[in-house]
Amino acid sequence: MSDPVIAIVGAGPAGLRAAETLALAGLRPVLFDEAERPGGQIYRQPPPGAERPGAAIYGLEAGKAQAVHAILPTLGERIDHRAGTLVWNVFEGRLDTLRAGAFAHQPFDRLILATGAMDRVIPFPGWTTPGVFTLGGAQIALKAQGVSIGRRVAFVGAGPLLPLVAHQYAKAGAEVVAVLDVTPFGAKLRSAAGMLAQPSTLAKGLYYVARNALGRARRASGVRAIRVEGEGRVAALAWTDHKGAEHRVACDAVGASFGLRSESQLADLAGCTFAFDALTRQWAPVRAPDGRSSREDVFLAGDGAGIGGADVAELQGRRVALTVLQDVGRPVDVAEVARLDSALARQAQFRAALEGAYPYPEHLVAAVADDEILCRCEGVTAGALRDVVRHKGAAEVNRVKAFTRIGMGRCQGRVCGHAAAELVALERGCPVEDAGRLRGQPPVKPIPVLGGFS
Amino acid sequence: MSARLAVDVCIIGGGIAGCASAVALRKAGLTAAVLDRGLCGAGASGVNFGGVRQQGRNLHELPLARRSRRIWDSLAAILEQDVEFDVSGHIKLARSEADLAELETYARNARDYGLDLQMLGANRVRSEIPWLGDKVIGASLSPEDGQANPRVVGPAFARLARRLGAEIHEHRRVTAARRTETGFEVEAGDLTVASAWLVNTAGVFGGTVAGWFGEHAPVEALMPNMLVTEPLPYFVSRSIGVCGGDVYLRQTGRGNVIFGGGRGWGDAEIARSRPLADESLGGMSRTLDLVPALTNAQVIRTWTGIDGQTPDRIPVIGHSSTTPQLVHAFGFSGHGFQLGPVMGEIIAELVTQGRTPTPIAPFSIERFAAGGVASSVEAHTHTEH
Amino acid sequence: MTAAADAPLFHRLASRAGPLVSFTIDGAPATAQAGDLLMTAILLNRPALRRFEFGEAHRAGFCFMAACQDCWVTLADGGRVRACTTLVRNGMAVLIDGDARV
Repeated sequence: MSDPVIAIVGAGPAGLRAAETLALAGLRPVLFDEAERPGGQIYRQPPPGAERPGAAIYGLEAGKAQAVHAILPTLGERIDHRAGTLVWNVFEGRLDTLRAGAFAHQPFDRLILATGAMDRVIPFPGWTTPGVFTLGGAQIALKAQGVSIGRRVAFVGAGPLLPLVAHQYAKAGAEVVAVLDVTPFGAKLRSAAGMLAQPSTLAKGLYYVARNALGRARRASGVRAIRVEGEGRVAALAWTDHKGAEHRVACDAVGASFGLRSESQLADLAGCTFAFDALTRQWAPVRAPDGRSSREDVFLAGDGAGIGGADVAELQGRRVALTVLQDVGRPVDVAEVARLDSALARQAQFRAALEGAYPYPEHLVAAVADDEILCRCEGVTAGALRDVVRHKGAAEVNRVKAFTRIGMGRCQGRVCGHAAAELVALERGCPVEDAGRLRGQPPVKPIPVLGGFS
Repeated sequence: MSARLAVDVCIIGGGIAGCASAVALRKAGLTAAVLDRGLCGAGASGVNFGGVRQQGRNLHELPLARRSRRIWDSLAAILEQDVEFDVSGHIKLARSEADLAELETYARNARDYGLDLQMLGANRVRSEIPWLGDKVIGASLSPEDGQANPRVVGPAFARLARRLGAEIHEHRRVTAARRTETGFEVEAGDLTVASAWLVNTAGVFGGTVAGWFGEHAPVEALMPNMLVTEPLPYFVSRSIGVCGGDVYLRQTGRGNVIFGGGRGWGDAEIARSRPLADESLGGMSRTLDLVPALTNAQVIRTWTGIDGQTPDRIPVIGHSSTTPQLVHAFGFSGHGFQLGPVMGEIIAELVTQGRTPTPIAPFSIERFAAGGVASSVEAHTHTEH
Repeated sequence: MTAAADAPLFHRLASRAGPLVSFTIDGAPATAQAGDLLMTAILLNRPALRRFEFGEAHRAGFCFMAACQDCWVTLADGGRVRACTTLVRNGMAVLIDGDARV
């Protein structure tokens, strides 16, 4: 009997650890990743020609990044690495792929989705102006390319990425002019007790906060509203502080985002059941502690099925691989299973505290004006959404999409889907989970019109 | 908690035909209720290609299509909703001499129904549509055909029906309907509707509903597989089809090119459907052969939906053959969008006057009674959109 | 302190050795470095990547991680590429504000 085909999508920390575990057990997993070089977004590697020393790119995480990057070179042919390959669809035991302008497909017996996360976005005045990026985008510009998104950069956010990116920019020599946290500082202190379950991460967070405090950047917590000024390019960032006072700082670029959201489109297309997670205010594919989804042939690891961060992703990658090994009748190290389960349980406690420290900034989404662009692909405003909710009976986001084209553009609602659901919920006065979630449609990312398939 | 409702007419299926019926019946002074398993206008009515096309239809459909086309001119005003109706014309392309002969014959026949089609020679096609590939040798143009946004039409009919006083009940799947002494009793979850008349606009379930009344109408699920590109500079000035029906495309006012590609997967029972990758890629290839200008365009979404298709590819429309005061209108076989608006008027005529001035005899459900397609109906074999 | 309207958006912080890459933007010559993604290459020379289709505005990308799809740009040969995942190459011809050839 031939070995079962185990396909993995995503070569970040979760996918790589899963592939490593499977390869060491004697299987040869097929690892798909859109990037040419492994590492995912958190440990993203510069492209050939743009390499720099790991310490300069990843800072305190350089050791972890190096270890994750070493997996594929170490295991060589024992992992079938399909770099530069977009998985654009999954249906009935088969992946549809695009590599260098050629379509192909891959049948699988088991599928591990390790599709990661992107920034969670809330619109604000001026957010589509050239020069406004997500915090993650700003960080990648620096990590993968050694560039800053502008000469004078302001950062806004809600989540641990904010102090981290600001610190990295300042350290790299960029002029950071403002670091604005839209969550109140009190929330962070209240959650510190929970974070003590994971002392190293707490220490790291405080380190970045302290380092940033040394800079000349304007700093504020509990920011109520933000606004990018400038026609055609960023001229300034204005904000309202926690007491209602207005402030303004000249800048030419802004990094802004508000936590993370799972990249769960493929899990959706695979037919996984989703559930609403109240802690992170988002829908995610249902995942058991051992990495099982609602489907027997699909498994989940890393941020793509709920935000846990890179360390959790590595643990989940290893753990899910053991579940798959067990399912395909391979021997499994029971002690290792217990060790991983206990480590994951500790991390979950920390994660709950971290989310408590950065509650979802509902005040920002409530403040989105009618004339503000909500869907940046299609240029549809928040007012258009409110109109169809109020006057055309659209009660959930897919109906809103059908009526307004919100979420119908190139990004398939990745960027606006969350805020759209929040706005529907606010308009209806219902819980956000009752506003639904955008259903996935293939392709999960644009694919070219190509011939030769008649 | 169960609820009971009594109306003059109960309508099963809230697609365009069902909701338009509710509108027309309310205008005629009758009370009406629409029951839909999901959301009104979100099924085949809402996810089709968006063609507002008369050309190429089975000739029996032309009287309906001609009458419906007149409604399309004022549909936005009637519905108080921009339906993005664009009279772009529909051009049907010939890629062989046989195709050309088919188009010429059709144009002659269509003239009897008042549909004026213009035959274009190869040079004329090339000057009109210079970006077409070299496989086209002629075409037939229907200037008054066009396209619209299907996602908004059905819901707008539902809203209008509600404004006129119809009962619209969504997320109510009808599980049973029976004839009573005074009319009908229809069960939809915890809602029971008693009515004097019953209208069957249940799409792919139309045959099932007919079966409850001892009638046979074979309806199978049809899942047209469709693709849409990112917005492109405007160039597809006409809605386009081909003889054979395997390529069709149009471009929206915003620039997205929508084109078809084969058949998707669907399970009507659980209301799930999916476009299929191989079908999408095949559609790309065939479309690219015809429209090389689509090289490099990026497809941003593919989709399908579930329509009901009959063996002879024309709908069932008319009175039941077994049950008084039961009216059918289903099985539009992938091309009901253009006909939807007129179906409301015709159903209301059948209910209030017992007949309609528009000839519908070819659509009688009795053609399936013997178990096969009646030979008098000339099957137009290619499904177009 | 406000940047000039046509000043580049990005600013290179980590200089590195390596070959230069010549490409064009709307026909005008521009320079980048081997290892630069097209998004980097363009935004080190210009304030934006592309025109927005549905209004008088430009866009410069947003997420830099192949998720938001905001950075698709058009090449003079009609090709469409996502600038945040495509390396700049010698001879690439990028169109931002269009050009008589399109």
